[in-house]
Amino acid sequence: MSHLRYGSTNMILEAVMVAVTVVFMFPLYLLVVLSLKPQSEVASSPLSLPQGLYLSNYTQAWASADLGAALVSSTITTATSAVFLVIFGSLAAYVLARRGTRLSYGMYILFLLGIILPVQTAIIPLYTLMKNANLLGTYTSVVIFYTGALLPFTIFLYTGFLRALPRSYEEAALVDGASHWQAFRRVVFPLLRPVTGTVLILNAITIWNDFFTPLLFLSGTERETLPVAIFSFVGEYVSQWGLVFAGLVISIIPILIVYFMLQRYIIRGFASGLKG
Amino acid sequence: MENSSYRETGRKRLWLPWSGRRGARVPWRLVIPALFMYGLVVIYPAISAAWWSFTDWDGLSPQKHFVGLENFRTFIHDGQALASLKNTFLLAITVTIVQNAIGLLLALGLDANIKSRNFLRTILFAPAVLPPLIVAFLWQYIYSSEGALNRFMAAVGLGGLQQNWLGDPQIALWVVTATVIWQFAGVSMVIFLAGLQGVPQELKDAAALDGAGAFQKFWNVTRPLIAPATTVNLILSIIGGLKLFDQVFAMTGGGPGYATETLSTVIYKTAFVSGDYGYSTAIALVLTVIVAAISLVQLKILRSQEVEG
Repeated sequence: MSHLRYGSTNMILEAVMVAVTVVFMFPLYLLVVLSLKPQSEVASSPLSLPQGLYLSNYTQAWASADLGAALVSSTITTATSAVFLVIFGSLAAYVLARRGTRLSYGMYILFLLGIILPVQTAIIPLYTLMKNANLLGTYTSVVIFYTGALLPFTIFLYTGFLRALPRSYEEAALVDGASHWQAFRRVVFPLLRPVTGTVLILNAITIWNDFFTPLLFLSGTERETLPVAIFSFVGEYVSQWGLVFAGLVISIIPILIVYFMLQRYIIRGFASGLKG
Repeated sequence: MENSSYRETGRKRLWLPWSGRRGARVPWRLVIPALFMYGLVVIYPAISAAWWSFTDWDGLSPQKHFVGLENFRTFIHDGQALASLKNTFLLAITVTIVQNAIGLLLALGLDANIKSRNFLRTILFAPAVLPPLIVAFLWQYIYSSEGALNRFMAAVGLGGLQQNWLGDPQIALWVVTATVIWQFAGVSMVIFLAGLQGVPQELKDAAALDGAGAFQKFWNVTRPLIAPATTVNLILSIIGGLKLFDQVFAMTGGGPGYATETLSTVIYKTAFVSGDYGYSTAIALVLTVIVAAISLVQLKILRSQEVEG
């Protein structure tokens, strides 16, 4: 890369890109500054930096939107579903990638079909199913939903990775007398770590941010996830933007922390993993 | 039994690497948990939905009456549904074009030799990991009558252009569209960046030495090489646009009138507000067919590019 000189053209381009990014981020600047202003200041001078740090927006939003409970719900839902997806998805992909039969290929295609189908296709019968099984309002309903609905994408990622992974590792274990289950658990699964990371991150972001499913399955209960809790909170305090924005900021802090810690992997996952 | 006989003859190493042989096969039962969950959550409900779309079921009565194509006939005469179909297409196509154009420009800017590229990439991608609902509320404020956009326009002397952005049926859909583009331009950007990193620097330099202008260089050298990234981006953004729900539901609820209804919001309202489950699944089936058809066409294009590449 030594031939790449950093000249005046690069400097101008750099300035342009920084300026574009600043403009692009202006809405997020507004989100933060408005959350720190009392209602009177929101109305009088919304665009400027806040005169002081009006933190009672935060304490009030935390209490009125019951964000503590919503955080717990979101965490339980996301973590449980993501773990099930890793277990079921990796096991299924192990079969689909290793059995080179027509049946296993057909089954793989059947799973891929689920990437194309929009959620809306199945959601109404599924809602009825959950209602009849008395599962509406339970964590079980959303965990079942996410596990089933995100398996196609999960299996797609795992199968792609497994196809490129040499069989010699697991075969060595089988020669040593391990069963397929043992070979998978002790040899194959640890080798899947990079793709497991991608699967966990992408599924967790999808589940954490999802609004439609918990709106149907959990709204009105004490198990509302963050987006649903925020939705009813905003409905209640509409146009009290300082207060509303404090609620929004609280609800995005967890995902932003995760994002800035793992941004390299998340961006790589989005850039490569989404190639469906 | 065969296993042990092979082991006794000491031939295991010889045959194990070949997957066609019996002993080396991964047992089917490991796929059962996934198959069960997928069947329960996707296959069975999808088949039910296909059947329900030919019934008049209201979600409560014990009987579902077969009504043939009645629901689809209703669809083509239903002002709300037709408006939502038109809005959905307008929105998906606009998002696809504008989001990818912005994403490509950002990617080209960051692919150059600038010092802050990794930092800017991280910042520009950040909105994409936020919940769409939260982003929708943020922009709802910006577009509100006393909101940031009108204040900003007044401040720079464009007070005459102030609007009730979300209340005007001529504008509301474009306002929602802009919100989606703002949030997901970073996704297009990182996919294009990944594609651009596969373009060898020598090729770009060679084109420059031949006296090719920046645009010619891009069109003749870069564009063909990032074609797979382009296809992926087009698939993702058009399908995301076609399924859009959260932003509309939060910002306008489909209004004013039917100005911002999408197929997804109408599916939701028809089932859970009007209680017309049969008709709602029929609209969902329309959406499914559209999404599936577009996905298959685009996947085919992607395949052919990969063969050529």
